[in-house]
Amino acid sequence: MAQAIREYFGHVTDAVKTFWEGLSVTLSYMIRRPITTQYPDRTPMRVADMLPSRYRGLLEVDMAVCTGCMACERACPIEVIKIQTDKEPQNPKQRVITQFDIDMSKCMFCGLCVEQCPTGSIQHTREFEATRKSIDALVFRWVPDPEKPVPFYRPVKGQEAPRAPVGEILKKHLAEASWIARPNIFEGAKKD
Amino acid sequence: MRITLGLDSTSLTRRYPRLAILATLAMAFALPAALYLGALAIFPVNTPERIDALAKAWFGYDLATSPYRDVVYVLFLLLVAFIAVNYAAVFGGVSTWVERRVAGRMQSRIGPNRPGAAGFFAWVADAVKMILKEDIIPASADNLLFRSAPYFSMVGLLLPFVVLPFGESTVVTDLNVGVFYVAATSAFVVVGILVSGWASNSKWALFGGIRGAAQVLSYEIPGGIAMMVPVLMAGTLSMQGIVRAQGGWPWEWFVCRNPAAFVAFFIVVTSSLAEGNRTPFDLPEAESELVAGYHAEYSGFRLAIFLMVEWANMWIMAGLAVTLFLGGWQVPGVTHAMYKSALGTALLPSPLWFVWQLLSMLVFIVKTWALVFVFIWLRWTLPRVRVDQLMTLCWKYLVPGAFLCFVVTLLWQILVPPLGMKITGVAFSLFALFLLVKFLLDTRRNIDKVKGHRVDLGNW
Repeated sequence: MAQAIREYFGHVTDAVKTFWEGLSVTLSYMIRRPITTQYPDRTPMRVADMLPSRYRGLLEVDMAVCTGCMACERACPIEVIKIQTDKEPQNPKQRVITQFDIDMSKCMFCGLCVEQCPTGSIQHTREFEATRKSIDALVFRWVPDPEKPVPFYRPVKGQEAPRAPVGEILKKHLAEASWIARPNIFEGAKKD
Repeated sequence: MRITLGLDSTSLTRRYPRLAILATLAMAFALPAALYLGALAIFPVNTPERIDALAKAWFGYDLATSPYRDVVYVLFLLLVAFIAVNYAAVFGGVSTWVERRVAGRMQSRIGPNRPGAAGFFAWVADAVKMILKEDIIPASADNLLFRSAPYFSMVGLLLPFVVLPFGESTVVTDLNVGVFYVAATSAFVVVGILVSGWASNSKWALFGGIRGAAQVLSYEIPGGIAMMVPVLMAGTLSMQGIVRAQGGWPWEWFVCRNPAAFVAFFIVVTSSLAEGNRTPFDLPEAESELVAGYHAEYSGFRLAIFLMVEWANMWIMAGLAVTLFLGGWQVPGVTHAMYKSALGTALLPSPLWFVWQLLSMLVFIVKTWALVFVFIWLRWTLPRVRVDQLMTLCWKYLVPGAFLCFVVTLLWQILVPPLGMKITGVAFSLFALFLLVKFLLDTRRNIDKVKGHRVDLGNW
């Protein structure tokens, strides 16, 4: 009997104590600063610029230092990258890249291509905002015009490749919406 | 790349930030002010004698013998009803916004802050959205009952406004069975819940409706008995009589004058939370088990009515607790005789009377909003109880507690002399103050516990 009475009033005091504690915790959170970041328009700077430097965002290729070795195409486990090379008609010794497409809608951001690149031409950026009306427009064509192919870069021994700052080229392309102007159907990498 | 549609309110408010603030302030102050002032202008006049006297003095028209007398009276009643209904709707809307903002901050979020300054127009946007939605009636539903259920709930919400005193004279009518009337009519809400649950022909809705009915039937008992405590202390069932038996200062409130009333206050608040289906007692609409409970099948305007009732009910719950226990509209230092002398015998009372009326309304509004905030705060603190816990709390704890309070109050009224009541009042006020300070210190300690956290009301 005494046990039952003690239990009964124990529940009442427990209720009062836990209410007290719980209410004071929630009130204390009410007068703290909310941690919400008001993406996209009320942030101190662009959210892409606030991300850590090793963030794996959209891929960027600096064609000026691309050797055309196709290591990235081979490294890609899901055939996102498609590269085609050719000889320059006037100067057969000079090889050129006629197509360098990356289908960002398929990319899983694993970073294997970045690891393989000998000159650091292909890199992850911190950009992530690439919403398009058509999924085809997510094919980033780093050689925009096959008629104007890009020559291979020849690495100089003992000298680092002059890679442009990561993200700058991609930002320019995104701002100009270069890939939206002329949508391209990605043919997909060769199966064989 | 930014795709702009024709109607982009965020860009409009960004272009004219002052416009947004002005519109918000106008809406947030003018709308309630118009309703309160309208209530102050209409409610005290609303008796046949005063209407007759005003018609005679201002228009020289003898209404008492006129054939159109009843028409004028009915028009006045419609005006009163218009103000009360709009007040309920506006309060229901604004409280959803307050709730969402408070909930946001309590969960380290911000809450709606885009439409208007501080997101104030979120409730208007919600209402417009809901009214524009299609009103779907399930094919297998009981058509007539399904259509009528929201109106039962709405009637249950609006009827208590008749006796709820907003101020010294700002009450539609002062029934001599006021408390009884509120307890009886506010239970009408559950008729709507039960009917909607049955008529939806859905198992979730039916469970919700049955739970709602069980809950209200259970909690009417402790709530009703605990409500008798202030009735015994005041010696009347009239709401205005109960308020007049209290005073403006905290030690004159019923909650402090008697230890049993202190307990009864918490019993009344708990059981009105349960009757109003507020968390932690929102079993009739438990999302995790019943989708949305009794209003799972509702959409559009009918759903809007259910939600309005749910939120506006907070005003009834809080207003009732304030009236019964927390001194109602009593302004500290202003006595009944002072109201009476300011009123005078002339047709129009002196400006001083209006000042005191507004002051008394302000006191009531502030107290009620404070209690509404506590309800919101409780909702975002406590998890939902189980059905068995709900029933245990009611039958094992609240019902015996309410009976005990009832008996102790009876003995207290007989045995304790007036001086003893005064001493208890002061002692309990000091005790409440001590609790408040200790609570705030505990809250402060909770913030200091986390390194780098501090009191910061920014980031709106």
